[in-house]
Amino acid sequence: MSTESYIRRPNRPLQVYAIIFLIALYIPILFLPLFSFNDSIYVSFPLTGFTLQWYEELFQREPVWAALMNSVKVGAATAVLATTLGIFAAKAITKYRLPGQNAIVAFIMLPLVVPGIIFGVALLVLMSSLGVTLSLYTVAVGHVIICLPFAIATLIPRFEGLDPSLEEASADLGENAWHTFWRVTLPVVWPGILASLLLTFTVSFDEFIMAFFLTGTEPTLPMYIWGQLRFPQQFPSVLALSSMIIAVSFVIVFLGQWINRDAHISTVRK
Amino acid sequence: MTNTNVTLNDAAVGAPPVRRRGKFAGMLQRSETLRGFFLLSPTLVVMTIGIVIPFAILITMSLWTAIGFGFDTTLTTANYETALEQPVYGALMHRSLVISGWATVATVLLSYPMAYYVAFHVHKNKMMWIVLMTLPFWTSYLLRVFAWKVVLGYEGVINSGLLWAGLIDAPLEFLLYSQQAVVITLAHSWVAFAILPIYVSLEKIDRSLLEAATDLGDGPVARFFRITLPLSMPGVIAASFLIFIPTTGDYITPALLGGPDGMMIGNLIQLQFGPVNNWPMGASLAIGLMLYISAIGLVFLALTKVFKERMA
Repeated sequence: MSTESYIRRPNRPLQVYAIIFLIALYIPILFLPLFSFNDSIYVSFPLTGFTLQWYEELFQREPVWAALMNSVKVGAATAVLATTLGIFAAKAITKYRLPGQNAIVAFIMLPLVVPGIIFGVALLVLMSSLGVTLSLYTVAVGHVIICLPFAIATLIPRFEGLDPSLEEASADLGENAWHTFWRVTLPVVWPGILASLLLTFTVSFDEFIMAFFLTGTEPTLPMYIWGQLRFPQQFPSVLALSSMIIAVSFVIVFLGQWINRDAHISTVRK
Repeated sequence: MTNTNVTLNDAAVGAPPVRRRGKFAGMLQRSETLRGFFLLSPTLVVMTIGIVIPFAILITMSLWTAIGFGFDTTLTTANYETALEQPVYGALMHRSLVISGWATVATVLLSYPMAYYVAFHVHKNKMMWIVLMTLPFWTSYLLRVFAWKVVLGYEGVINSGLLWAGLIDAPLEFLLYSQQAVVITLAHSWVAFAILPIYVSLEKIDRSLLEAATDLGDGPVARFFRITLPLSMPGVIAASFLIFIPTTGDYITPALLGGPDGMMIGNLIQLQFGPVNNWPMGASLAIGLMLYISAIGLVFLALTKVFKERMA
């Protein structure tokens, strides 16, 4: 007990460091909402006054709404596709011991490590050699590829937490594979599935590099923002738009992590 | 532990199911491996279409040459020769590695104490801390880079704040459009990739080893360098790998914050596919970057192996 308390003795400097670290992590991002309410076209101190005009202006802009709808469509399609593929893969990886399994998992996880620009240009070259016109569909294809690692990383701990004897019992009692999945597997893994849907939606919704190479004539929201960044007079409205995107992303990701919180702890504790 | 699992699994599957529907269904019923691959097949097909085939085409295209708006499809290594001969390509590749290297070192050094704090000194709500530290990572990369442009800009937060406070007379020019700006922004953006692996490796350390070291007379510092740090090295190596590799190809941060001196190889690749419109050249640069990354990846793998062997 005494050694335990010696090791676990609170470390004041480390605590201070941790708090400064968190502040430094959030401060740059929090400047976006701060200046989005500032009554000045210049993004600089001192603040001149409170206004909602940048938000009001934003709501009246047709292209913003169009871009928002494009991003939502791509995000929803990506989330459903990546999560569905992720469910199959996570099930296969956790239930069976396959030859070359580690290599397969490493292969699926590649988009997490390889710079996005390489996948972007590779898919661009594929689309052009197939004669496919760039559109929201091509963006969604790119997003599914880069979202799969996130879906699988979220789902695998959940499927690992699934006791195989439950499924065997269900099969022994005469349920077919589909009913077993629906009535036994799904109730156990659904927090993982929901978390995967929310997280992959956010990754796609906020993604820029793939969209940069694969967008056709209809821009996604990040592409729209990129276009606006060239015009300094647009900065305040870009700040307002960015603040809303960040707020929505924070909420969705937080929800996703919260729903799936016990899976995280079980992986970490292992 | 894993071994017993395998035998248990095998035993459970040992009795083959009797029902049969057609040849393929029968094979599926009998073979575990086949069933596993059957389940994996949709994902593998998508990954093949999304990664293997595009890379094959990219490699082929890197051996073509651009003529006007079309391609000369005779296979030649001319693009690679140009890339090796013209100093600008090598210089940009070198600069990308240096910038990513600094960003990696900064991120890992700054994140280690944070991961250590959560692993050893947070006892309630650990999950909350982890979510708090990784939350910004999930939000738009573009917007985080944009936020740094707002902070570091010529008339941005830092400069206007310092001017307003009367601490400086003229805006500091080195903040924006410099390699430092790129390094700061990259380090900030990739914190989650450093904290998670380091935290996991610290959390895995058997606490009784630390107690033993204390009992044998090691002070906190000696204990850290002799037990904690070596045992967490796999996490540190993984973190370095996860940050160094993707950041070498980054082009948003240098495009928004780097200015002419902060341009990286990613910007050059983007230029070839964009304004310059020399896709074969861009393809060979992308393949070149890929080769570089693979080589570095192998070094990291070797390092991990060395550490694991020393631990064992």
